[in-house]
Amino acid sequence: MARLQIKNVEKVYGNSFKAVHGINLDVADGEFMVLVGPSGCAKSTTLRMIAGLETISGGQITIGDRVVNNLPPGQRGISMVFQNYALYPHMKVRNNLAFGLKLRRRPKQEIAQATAEVAETLEIGPLLDRLPKQLSGGQAQRVALGRALIKQPEVFLFDEPLSNLDAKLRASMRVRIADLHKRLKAEGQSSTVVYVTHDQTEAMTMGDRICVMKDGHIMQVDAPVALYHRPQNLFVAGFIGSPEMNLVPAELDRQGRRIRIIGQSFGYGDNLADRLEADVGRSIMLGIRPQHLRLAKAGEQDALEGKLAHVEFMGHEIDLFVDIGGTRVVIVVPGDSYDGKAISGDTVRFVPSEPSIHLFDTESGRNISLPNLN
Amino acid sequence: MSQLVLTPEKSHNDVEAARFIAAERRRHKLNAGFRYFLLAAVGLVMLYPLIWLIGASFKTNAEIFTSPGFIPRNPTAQGYIDGWRTSTPYTFATFFWNTFLIIAPKVIFTVISCTAVAYGFARFDFPGKKILFATLIGTLLLPNVVTRIPQYLLFRDLGWLDSFLPLWVPSAFAGDAFFVFMLIQFLRAIPRDMEEAARVDGANTWQTLIFIVVPLLTPALLSVALFQFMWTMNDFLGPLIYISSVDKYPVSLALKLSIDTTEAFEWNRILAMSVLALAPSLVVFFLAQKYFIEGISSGGVKG
Repeated sequence: MARLQIKNVEKVYGNSFKAVHGINLDVADGEFMVLVGPSGCAKSTTLRMIAGLETISGGQITIGDRVVNNLPPGQRGISMVFQNYALYPHMKVRNNLAFGLKLRRRPKQEIAQATAEVAETLEIGPLLDRLPKQLSGGQAQRVALGRALIKQPEVFLFDEPLSNLDAKLRASMRVRIADLHKRLKAEGQSSTVVYVTHDQTEAMTMGDRICVMKDGHIMQVDAPVALYHRPQNLFVAGFIGSPEMNLVPAELDRQGRRIRIIGQSFGYGDNLADRLEADVGRSIMLGIRPQHLRLAKAGEQDALEGKLAHVEFMGHEIDLFVDIGGTRVVIVVPGDSYDGKAISGDTVRFVPSEPSIHLFDTESGRNISLPNLN
Repeated sequence: MSQLVLTPEKSHNDVEAARFIAAERRRHKLNAGFRYFLLAAVGLVMLYPLIWLIGASFKTNAEIFTSPGFIPRNPTAQGYIDGWRTSTPYTFATFFWNTFLIIAPKVIFTVISCTAVAYGFARFDFPGKKILFATLIGTLLLPNVVTRIPQYLLFRDLGWLDSFLPLWVPSAFAGDAFFVFMLIQFLRAIPRDMEEAARVDGANTWQTLIFIVVPLLTPALLSVALFQFMWTMNDFLGPLIYISSVDKYPVSLALKLSIDTTEAFEWNRILAMSVLALAPSLVVFFLAQKYFIEGISSGGVKG
């Protein structure tokens, strides 16, 4: 079993700057956990504390059933893939892979066998006798992956491993890593993963669960679908999803069941009324994803109105940028609904889809209208 | 864009352009020729004493001061033969061997101790690091002469006079602040990721140093070894102060010996032995030139 538990872990630097504020995270055995957040949110620091490359200032980290707080990285049962590969430049690929096993004084035959297996899995067999400087970025990243794999660690740690690759290669490596994880899991090997990235596409596509971080705090830990549909706070709502969720200051009229935004208003029904919390503060924020706004049919009542400012044709979808009294709202409509006639300055009428409306308390940022999943 | 059409005007422009390019090229060649001439002339002025030294070492004693040219009229190797024998019971073979006995341990000790100290300063945080580093830089700025007397007294009290120990021991404790400083600068340019990867792979501090850091430091370490080799080879004052018996003299002292003991100076012997004394440094330098340049030019690793 390789469950990873982080309990009240803190990081305070020498100049009393607190980077990590007592976070709690429980990664199940075989789970693919993604840490995501903007730069400076301490996701890498957290990963490095799990690895043992940074000391922790408080709390406890457990891998399997061992508390690893004071163990050196080599004894924690982890392996790590670095952003810039960190291959040993003076060693051939073969020795890069075998270095960890050699340090553990494993028999030569076992090392050779393990090297061959990993090389086959990652298709780096022909590269074994090359030096790192003779590898392309994608090849180097595969070797780095192999170096992590060969040790059969309890927990794999990835520190933005794909951010140095070009977009196409990144997409294929994403699939490769996800496949590898599934395979290890199916074979019953340890396959717990903690994966740091700032790229939400990577997070959404790879993670079993995603941990969104901000300024050394965990904002939400949830499965990708839940994170998308049930953001617990303003930050997660704005961070996950592309284009970003529309967030507009709003006023709530509970009696008349209407929401007022920027001089306009629209009504809502039971769906939103049922999930709204009883005690709602005065200042609230309406959040709705661009995908959950649709253009109003001709003559449809209770629609919002704005001026079209800009159109982005993406092929499969079209992003309409609409101005409502100085506030910019994005609407995503299917690509085939575009007739090419809409031009800037046109009036656009649109309707929010009620089940996807989120209301947030502006002060605390909390979602006060969490939808039920079923 | 309009289509390009070759008009008479255009072709006129082309001719102009070609002429201009040709003139530029001529000017460039002329410039280059002048530059090389100047460099060669200055180079010759600087090398002339060395060339004269080599020439003069094949002259007879009488000829050295009578003809200004460097090509000997009657070349003779007598200077080398007599010089090698010396007027002492020992030949220069002994002195070269002594030099080697001083250099070899000193270079090895320097490389090992300076690497360890530089690694500590460059990669670890420990209490008093700032003060210790300031002290290191302080010793770098301190003229050697200042420490001569206290050092001499120390080694005298230890009973190490007339042995090679005073020459070896300081280098075994990273006594050459310059090398430590040089290695620290080099290490700062090397990203830490490789070392972190090694630690994750299970290497302890010393294993990381030996298997990862030292190979990355190789160019810098070769420079350190080379510098130490050349400086020790040429060091006169150190052996002069600490070594008193002739059988332990290194080459640098032995050269002076031939000036002392003969009444009429046998200049051709002295010059011949000087040429021999220069040889090891020159050979080693040219062999390791590539790494040497790489090591002292900062930057360290290629991105």
